Amino acid sequence: MLSVPSSSEHNPAITFDNVRIGFDEGDILRGVSFEVQERETLVLLGETGTGKTLSLKLAAGLLQPTQGTIRVLGQELSSMKERELLEFRRHIGFVFQEGALFDSMTVGDNVAYRLLEDRVKDDEIEPRVLEVLRFVELEHTVDLLPSELSGGMRRRVSIARALINQPPIVLYDSPTAGLDPVTSQTIITLILRLRDVYGVTALLATQRLQDGFALANFRFDPATKRVVHSVSNGNAAAGAKMAATRFLVLREGEVYFEGGQEELAGTKDDYLKRFLV
Amino acid sequence: MTVERGYAFDSGFCPQQFTRALARRVTVADTPLQITGREDKAEEKITVVGVIVNAAKGAVADVQDYALLCGRTLYAIFTPPYYLQDILQQMDNIGAGSLPIILLSGFFIGAVMVLQTGSQFTRFGQSSLTGDVVAIALVRELGPSLTGLLVTGRCATGIASELGSMLVTEQVDAMRAMGTDPIRKLVAPRAIATLLTLPLLTAMTDFMGLIGGCVASVFSLQLTAVEFWRRAIDALVFSDLMQGFTKPMFFAFILATIGCYKGLTVRGGTQGVGRATTQAAVLSSVMIIVADAFLTKVALYLADKLF
Repeated sequence: MLSVPSSSEHNPAITFDNVRIGFDEGDILRGVSFEVQERETLVLLGETGTGKTLSLKLAAGLLQPTQGTIRVLGQELSSMKERELLEFRRHIGFVFQEGALFDSMTVGDNVAYRLLEDRVKDDEIEPRVLEVLRFVELEHTVDLLPSELSGGMRRRVSIARALINQPPIVLYDSPTAGLDPVTSQTIITLILRLRDVYGVTALLATQRLQDGFALANFRFDPATKRVVHSVSNGNAAAGAKMAATRFLVLREGEVYFEGGQEELAGTKDDYLKRFLV
Repeated sequence: MTVERGYAFDSGFCPQQFTRALARRVTVADTPLQITGREDKAEEKITVVGVIVNAAKGAVADVQDYALLCGRTLYAIFTPPYYLQDILQQMDNIGAGSLPIILLSGFFIGAVMVLQTGSQFTRFGQSSLTGDVVAIALVRELGPSLTGLLVTGRCATGIASELGSMLVTEQVDAMRAMGTDPIRKLVAPRAIATLLTLPLLTAMTDFMGLIGGCVASVFSLQLTAVEFWRRAIDALVFSDLMQGFTKPMFFAFILATIGCYKGLTVRGGTQGVGRATTQAAVLSSVMIIVADAFLTKVALYLADKLF
């Protein structure tokens, strides 16, 4: 079980400071700044092409911004060489949009990938792989190839692969994109359990507002092992044990809205209302 | 349109072409329904000079990124960690997999060489010289370049399409996100495997060529097999062998790195993968032939001086 050290609230896990990135066609992110506290989940919303996936890749150090700084877990990414970044990425779990499983390897080998890279002993690998596959309820697929799984199952395997090293930060790129409502609920429940049971810090990019609201309104009750409606998100006493979920809306490369679920639901802004439709 | 260069895109490891290929899928066009208030891009004038200059800039950028890839591959080849499993698998794919076509082609090339040169030598009554000439031509020139071209056609395309497909399905990104260096995991094993197996395949081509030549000379030039072999083997000197087995190493490096470069800089989804595959085959074939010319000159010069 992962236990995140309880540091002060003023030590954010992820900080973006005036980040700017663009390519031949122009800047996509133009001076984006936000913070994600430990154990908090930040839901990134925005239209297609507003830089949600880019923000996730920046947070993982897969891309470098043209301007601005990014601090993750206290380390500044722009000043790190690739070798240091490779080491740093061991503390990050990244769930790609289409799963991005290695299609020539079995599910078990995919999930064990990082352990194989770290040359962990074989007899230690197998129980850890089965444990994490049990968490995503796909223990029976360990010897199958990714092409033999459905889209939802592949997503869950890719979540399992990101979790194998129990990273303190998990980055989700549209985890429910293209899935039917039932499978989407399964994925969101998984993310809920990760947040409430393991206390991971998460950055979740999505175009579906209902996923963000589901994360904000529900929580996983370890006593009954079920997902229950959370009484209130802002109540200090009840919310003390519960991790917060905040929303960030990107528009034209800038932060358009940042706040909690109640603020977003009750907004009078025309653009945001279009999201809520 | 400008080709942007700059340290910002080179994340210390990922040449700009890689990052551009990764990011290109992110941008999207404005549609009338999408009311984002984005500024319209100013219409730029297109001139012939502009097109040529941009093409030249693009080509220079390509060469730069390719050189970076070669440098990093060499570094990855000579320093640990190594992915032994991957190296062995690639040796199987590239080496053992190419053996059938090498054996077949080598046999018939040798036969053709004998038939062509034999007919000329017979005019002067010197048909026994055929063995000398064919052996030298095979070991010095035909063996290496033909093996290089055949293996390129088979393997550079396979490498480019495999790595290109991995790139468009974000598997290369996933690898980086999990702390694995794609150069060490994907490119270096293929380079090492080609470097080790291409000289061996060349040796097989030479051998099969001599056998084919022997068969052809027995049946059409009325030479005896013993005569052919003796003259063939006696004609070869050490410098011929040196030439014939160092050229494949250069060809191997060219083949592997061009295939990997084209694969890792794919843009445009599956259509891009097809394009990259074709370009890999064409480019590495041409580069092998060009390199052959330079290497031959260098080898002959060294043969003079050293041997």
